[in-house]
Amino acid sequence: MTAFHAVAMLSGLVLAPLLPGVINRTKAAFAGRSGQPVLQLYHDLIKLLRKGAVYSRTTTWVFRAAPAAGLACVSGALAFMPAASAPALASFGGDIVLVVYFLGLMRFLTVLSALDTGSSFEGMGASREVQFSALAEPALFVAVATLARVSGSESFAGLFAGLTPAAWMAYGPAFMVVLTVLFLVFLVENARIPVDDPNTHLELTMIHEVMILDYSGPDLAFVLYAASLKLWLLGAVIVNLAMSAAGVTGSLAFVGFLAAMMLLAIVVGVVESTMARLSLLKVPRMLVGAVALALLAFALAGRLSP
Amino acid sequence: MNLILASLAVLLAGSTLCLLVPPGGKRAGILGPAIAVLGSVLGIVPALDAMVGAATWQASLPWVIPAGSLAVGMDALSGFFAFVILTVSALAAVYGHAYLSRTGTARRVSASWFMFNVLVGSMLLVVVARNAVLFLLAWELMSLASFFLVMFDGEKREVRRAGWIYLAATHFGTAFLLVLFGLLGIRSGTFDFSGFSALRPEPVFAGAAFILAVIGFGTKAGLVPLHVWLPEAHPAAPSHVSAVMSGVMIKTGIYGLLRFSTFLGAPMPWWGWTLMGAGVLSGLLGILSALAQRDMKRLLAFSSVENMGIVAMGLGFGFLGISRGSFALAFLGFAGALMHVFNHAVFKSLLFMGAGSVLHAAGTVQLDRLGGLSKSMPVTACAFMVGAAAICGLPPLNGFLGEFLLYRASLGAIAGSGAFAGMEGAGLVLLVSLAMVGGLAVACFTKVMGVVFLGEPRDGTAAQAHECPMAMRLPMMVLAAICLLAGISAVLLPGFVEPAVRCVVSGPDAVALAALSLPEGVFSWTAGAGATVLLAAAALYLLRNALLSRRRVDSAVTWDCGYAAPASRMQYTSSSFSAPIVRQFHAVVRTDTTATRLSGLFPSGASFSSEARDVWREHFYAPLFKLFTAMSARARGLQHGRLNLYILYIVLALVALLAWKLR
Repeated sequence: MTAFHAVAMLSGLVLAPLLPGVINRTKAAFAGRSGQPVLQLYHDLIKLLRKGAVYSRTTTWVFRAAPAAGLACVSGALAFMPAASAPALASFGGDIVLVVYFLGLMRFLTVLSALDTGSSFEGMGASREVQFSALAEPALFVAVATLARVSGSESFAGLFAGLTPAAWMAYGPAFMVVLTVLFLVFLVENARIPVDDPNTHLELTMIHEVMILDYSGPDLAFVLYAASLKLWLLGAVIVNLAMSAAGVTGSLAFVGFLAAMMLLAIVVGVVESTMARLSLLKVPRMLVGAVALALLAFALAGRLSP
Repeated sequence: MNLILASLAVLLAGSTLCLLVPPGGKRAGILGPAIAVLGSVLGIVPALDAMVGAATWQASLPWVIPAGSLAVGMDALSGFFAFVILTVSALAAVYGHAYLSRTGTARRVSASWFMFNVLVGSMLLVVVARNAVLFLLAWELMSLASFFLVMFDGEKREVRRAGWIYLAATHFGTAFLLVLFGLLGIRSGTFDFSGFSALRPEPVFAGAAFILAVIGFGTKAGLVPLHVWLPEAHPAAPSHVSAVMSGVMIKTGIYGLLRFSTFLGAPMPWWGWTLMGAGVLSGLLGILSALAQRDMKRLLAFSSVENMGIVAMGLGFGFLGISRGSFALAFLGFAGALMHVFNHAVFKSLLFMGAGSVLHAAGTVQLDRLGGLSKSMPVTACAFMVGAAAICGLPPLNGFLGEFLLYRASLGAIAGSGAFAGMEGAGLVLLVSLAMVGGLAVACFTKVMGVVFLGEPRDGTAAQAHECPMAMRLPMMVLAAICLLAGISAVLLPGFVEPAVRCVVSGPDAVALAALSLPEGVFSWTAGAGATVLLAAAALYLLRNALLSRRRVDSAVTWDCGYAAPASRMQYTSSSFSAPIVRQFHAVVRTDTTATRLSGLFPSGASFSSEARDVWREHFYAPLFKLFTAMSARARGLQHGRLNLYILYIVLALVALLAWKLR
């Protein structure tokens, strides 16, 4: 392991808070506003880290420990994600499972901290979170398994290394379906429109935002930072797959990766500006659709194999 | 060998000592657990030896039981299960010492300990028996002992009902085993397992025997649709007994299935698919039913069905791998299943003990009446949280390890499709089911943890809860520590399951399997990453403390949309938490709701209640038993109580016999 191996993870840790900024600027442009600075989240994080905190009297140590532990989980998961030509910090056969389960642990803690406040609104958000993620997880696994089937590897690093332009020529249609599924999972897991609206102001309709309502100060900084890292992590799965079609290597590929991440943020901004959110009852249908699409991609990959 | 026999003797013979002391006295409450702990500790060392493959032995003791022999033996498979049984039983006995002395009246404590020791001893005898008659004897002893333990609170109507359902179900399973043993015995001319393993049965016979074994042992393991007794019997028993029954007793079903499948020659693909099908069904229906429950112990019992489903999926995948010649994948499948057997024993007994402590402290396990218990019982809450995270399969705890191996098996089948022809489909089924079950398990156990231990007490009794005594806390702490240590210790674990995996098939396949082992350092990465994340979490938490140390930290009420006087009854309940998921899967889990509607301009009161129903019991077993009852009602026409007609029967029978003899 050299310093070079840390590039992918470090770029994520440093640049992740940029993504929400880009998304918000895109939405502002659509709305005809000038919008908040692109670096707004960095300012927010620094401000929050300098503040004191207010805790609900109902809460216990679970509520206080969850943000730190959640941030550790998502950072741990990030260590296994390559960034195009920049290799992952660590990689082993089956790290796909570990990454998904670290996100699962983070969710477990977030949901518990929401229930720890005793608020019915936070309970509502927690209930929705576990419902939707129970369906998003199989979709993500099958989508990634489709890629594993083609590339013959069980780790994220090996997965993307095994996908070449030649593989895209053979399996293009299956990969396009996988990209769609990954994008849906990306939107669901990061609580974006059409599933959840990060800008909503009504607690009744929130999912992720309502679960963190009672956080303040450094805890809130951890929560917001962890959310942006998760956005980066799942975005990187999509971008790595898309980049593998281009077949570029070397530092050019890494630069391309960063540019593509920003492009992904713009796409999310466009989606959020042009779509309304789905009614909560329709979200499970969309997710079941995502699972079905993923199964279709898996079957397609089997049919297309030369 | 001597230690195992000594352990058996202490447990089975020593148990009678419990009957000699006054039934309700303090002495029974000390003597009983002491015997259980002594017997277990004696057996754990040789079991561990056999488990790691160091010592296997076989002996036929010079004592004759009718139609059988007292053949006992120990190999890695027996050692593995014996280790699990004895470890959990010893801890449960310590817990039970305090639990029984505090809950309810002191009556029948001695009888309960007598049965407890018989149960532990008979479970040990089941895994060391090497003769079918002895096995069946131990099996029946185990079922009866646990039946009497379930009936501890027999004055309650629902407990009696649960006990009878259990007794009927367990004998239903035993009936199939009887046929299976009879078939094998007739075919081989002996009831010794050594004779059984010399059989090389043809596929039809082997297939029929396999079906019998799946039904017979699957009933004990609680696989859907043979699970109906489990969510009745396990919650009805005292909590330390529930811990033993759900934690280890149902595993004897898995042991029996594995042991008897070695007598049936090379597995066929449909064996694997059958087990995988039962596993997927149990996993999904188990966890969905668990989600719908409002009784903590019932919920845990349904989750046992789910976990046995995961084990069955792994075994099915293993058999399929063997039949297709993909030994590396089969090894991963079996290893994952066995690993999960051990892990489930640890965290499920921990969770049942936690439920027992809640019952002990708050007097109820109805989820919607509890809340906020982590303030009054911090140790129980912390241990329960570890168990809840472990049962969801989350790293860095032990639950992750078994599921990780199964995921590796499924991804291996998918990614190496060229090398493992015909396994992609099974891999995909395994992958989707595991992911689905895992996601729902998170929903289920965040619900329990959140509703019971976090938030505000929903009820007056929950508000006055207190921490349980040391003898109850200690076993929970030990089990929670095992969850964590097993999760982050990477070196030992493969050696614990590999020898047992090499025992699960016979014949030429066994030779191929014996050469295999888990991938080098399979857990070193997950353990390392888990430990690193734990350390990082601790460091970030300290950073947070450092940041806040000189600043103003206030406390206030929870933000409730600006409402200034939130009450504890406004909290989200367990039913409301799980309602969206339950409604989504209404085809397989049903809830009945009764509500009085608001009416008039000044409505005076309203009520709402919901109850989860067992679809299998109502739509499969109830009609089935109704059919049986109807059929036997028709036969009852013969029994009308008129003496003259009975005499006519006798005369007719005699005439018929005479005619037959003279023919």
